Amino acid sequence: MTDAKLSARNVSVFYGATRAIDDVSMDITRDEVVAFIGPSGCGKSTFLRTLNRMNDTVANARVEGTILLDGEDVYAPAMDVVELRARVGMVFQKPNPFAKSIYANVAYGPSIHGLARHRDDMDRIVEDALRRAGLWDEVKDRLDASGTTLSGGQQQRLCIARAIAVDPEVILMDEPCSALDPIATARIEELIHELRGRYAIVIVTHNMQQAARVSQRTAFFNLGRLVEFGATSDIFTNPVEERTKDYITGRYG
Amino acid sequence: MTTTGLLFTIVGLALIGWLSARMRAAAFRRPAIQRFGSLPVHHAWVVALWVLGPPLTFLVIWSLTSPALVTDRVLASPLAAALPASAFERASILSDARALAQGSGGVFHPAAVRLAPAYAAAQRHYDWLASAAALILALAGGVFAFVRVSPAFSARWRLENGVVLLLLAAALVAILTTAGIVGSLLYEAARFFAMVPAIDFLTGTRWSPQVIDPADPGASLGALPLFWGTFFIGAIIAMAVALPLGLMSAIYLGQYARPRTRAWAKPALEVLAGIPTVVYGYFAALSVAPRVRDLGLFLGIADASSESALAAGLVMGIMIVPFVSSTADDALRAVPAEMRDGSLALGATPSETIRHVLIPAALPGIAGGVLLAISRAIGETMIVVMAASGVATLTLDPFASTTTVTKQIVDLLTGEAEFDSAKTLAAFALGLVLFAATLLLNVVALVIVKRYREAYE
Ligand SMILES: Nc1ncnc2c1ncn2[C@@H]1O[C@H](COP(=O)(O)OP(=O)(O)OP(=O)(O)O)[C@@H](O)[C@H]1O
Ligand SMILES: [Mg+2]
Repeated sequence: MTDAKLSARNVSVFYGATRAIDDVSMDITRDEVVAFIGPSGCGKSTFLRTLNRMNDTVANARVEGTILLDGEDVYAPAMDVVELRARVGMVFQKPNPFAKSIYANVAYGPSIHGLARHRDDMDRIVEDALRRAGLWDEVKDRLDASGTTLSGGQQQRLCIARAIAVDPEVILMDEPCSALDPIATARIEELIHELRGRYAIVIVTHNMQQAARVSQRTAFFNLGRLVEFGATSDIFTNPVEERTKDYITGRYG
Repeated sequence: MTTTGLLFTIVGLALIGWLSARMRAAAFRRPAIQRFGSLPVHHAWVVALWVLGPPLTFLVIWSLTSPALVTDRVLASPLAAALPASAFERASILSDARALAQGSGGVFHPAAVRLAPAYAAAQRHYDWLASAAALILALAGGVFAFVRVSPAFSARWRLENGVVLLLLAAALVAILTTAGIVGSLLYEAARFFAMVPAIDFLTGTRWSPQVIDPADPGASLGALPLFWGTFFIGAIIAMAVALPLGLMSAIYLGQYARPRTRAWAKPALEVLAGIPTVVYGYFAALSVAPRVRDLGLFLGIADASSESALAAGLVMGIMIVPFVSSTADDALRAVPAEMRDGSLALGATPSETIRHVLIPAALPGIAGGVLLAISRAIGETMIVVMAASGVATLTLDPFASTTTVTKQIVDLLTGEAEFDSAKTLAAFALGLVLFAATLLLNVVALVIVKRYREAYE
């Protein structure tokens, strides 16, 4: 357990009186890609958002249990959410660039956290993040254009660049490709391959092939519970639980 | 027959038409294939509309044309030959005679007394004609429609057309009224510009309508100080108050306040918008203005006025706060939640998110709202009538007396003045400029806001 980057212990999440996540425990290590799969409404997004406390923005959400980031309790009063969210970045289902230039979109995180001393530093951070997100060559000549003028796939890579610009330790992705076409999806998957090892990555997806392609381990959720969590190859070829098998084969048709 | 009596008769006829058509239609046996055809009540309304529509339309048109007909008839009588040749005197005698014929008004002209019986006779003659025509139209319409009541007649759709006509007429009334007002504004303003060159009026810096040199009226009707005063009070001082207060209260109420706080604080803020402007006016004149003057004196400004631009502008700013606040709130809420989440997920605090992400994204919407607020402020009259000065000065000093376009329009039109003078007509020219300015502001604001909405659809 010592090499767990993130670890959840008996986590339950409630929206008002309804329980969306029921007693989930899991460990995520620092150099793997984990996929969350499961039917719609089973609580994947909810669980993902508890990991960086984005559920704090939902008025009636309540979390029980413990989540540890490098052994520190994420929900402890001493934990600063600003720091937590800088360390645990997030990419959303719908690309959500700010109404700013491409440059400013990427520079936003580093500048609010004071990561760059000079304009040169910032330029380097922005270029580096855009390169790692595989977007640099496409936008280097129009960094001043608005982020919203990019295509959907480019916007999503911009959002990934924005997240890695603050140099997080974990990146959470909630269905990052669901609004993209197959080519843009392939680019993002490639990108996940390249980022692997450098960040712990959690990706929620409804696309079984995608989960199989990008992840080392897969977690299957159903009705708020973690049904099965294991090596991706095992989950897809030889699941232990009947429900996992039904879900996977059902999806394959 | 009096007008009221006539109207009652027509409505009574409509009622009779309605009832009899309904009765007649109720007796129909509807064939099975027409199960969803017209109901008796549809037939009834079609007949009623046919009774009401033609005579009422006729009466409306008649009421616009008949005064001219009556006057023509009076003028054609031998008595009118004694009238003076001057058009102005003639008109005033005729209007006296009309007042006298209708049993009201004092008498100044002996000629009017002599004309009054002729006037009354002409009026009676035409009234009788009109009543007869209206009743004939009502009966004709009713009979025409009643005869057509039959199972095959699609009254349901005729009624639909009638309703559409009614709605169209209502819309036309509103549009024609607006067009009429704008038209008369243009007409009077054109008369003014025939006396005073537009250049003198728009760029002249001396405004003293009390003493106008008939040889060169433009010399004392330079409205630039008024335009400046209006802009200074409405767009600069008032906005300096309303923009920060409105924006910050919108941010607090929309982004931070709990639903419970919001539930009472937002209506409380909106009450500000419901306060009659005259109340703001005496608040400005009685409470704020003296304090502003004292402050000015305290700051060593010797000519600090008790009718300063600052007092009127401050109060006007307060009046505009709810307006700015609610448009800013709308604009901030229109920013997609994902954008806010994206910022929070990077570790930004709520206030950083608002400053760096939400406000830039909402800026076009906020700007549109501010333009609308300015257009409202520069058209605002009551506060400046009560609190601003009548003296037009071209100054940057907020403690000095300043006047506005609206205040001057009121001053020009109150008190006695002949209707044809440059002084009175100047009010229309000022009104036209004000109208053009607010129209422009509104159009620009709406275009900005619309573009902005589309950006987030
Ligand atoms: N803000 C909220 N308030 C109340 N209930 C919520 C809220 N957000 C989610 N829920 C409920 O919690 C449950 C889990 O939702 P969640 O969004 O986590 O599902 P999901 O697995 O991500 O589904 P999908 O695959 O469709 O995205 C659902 O039943 C949902 O209705
Ligand atoms: Mg989800």
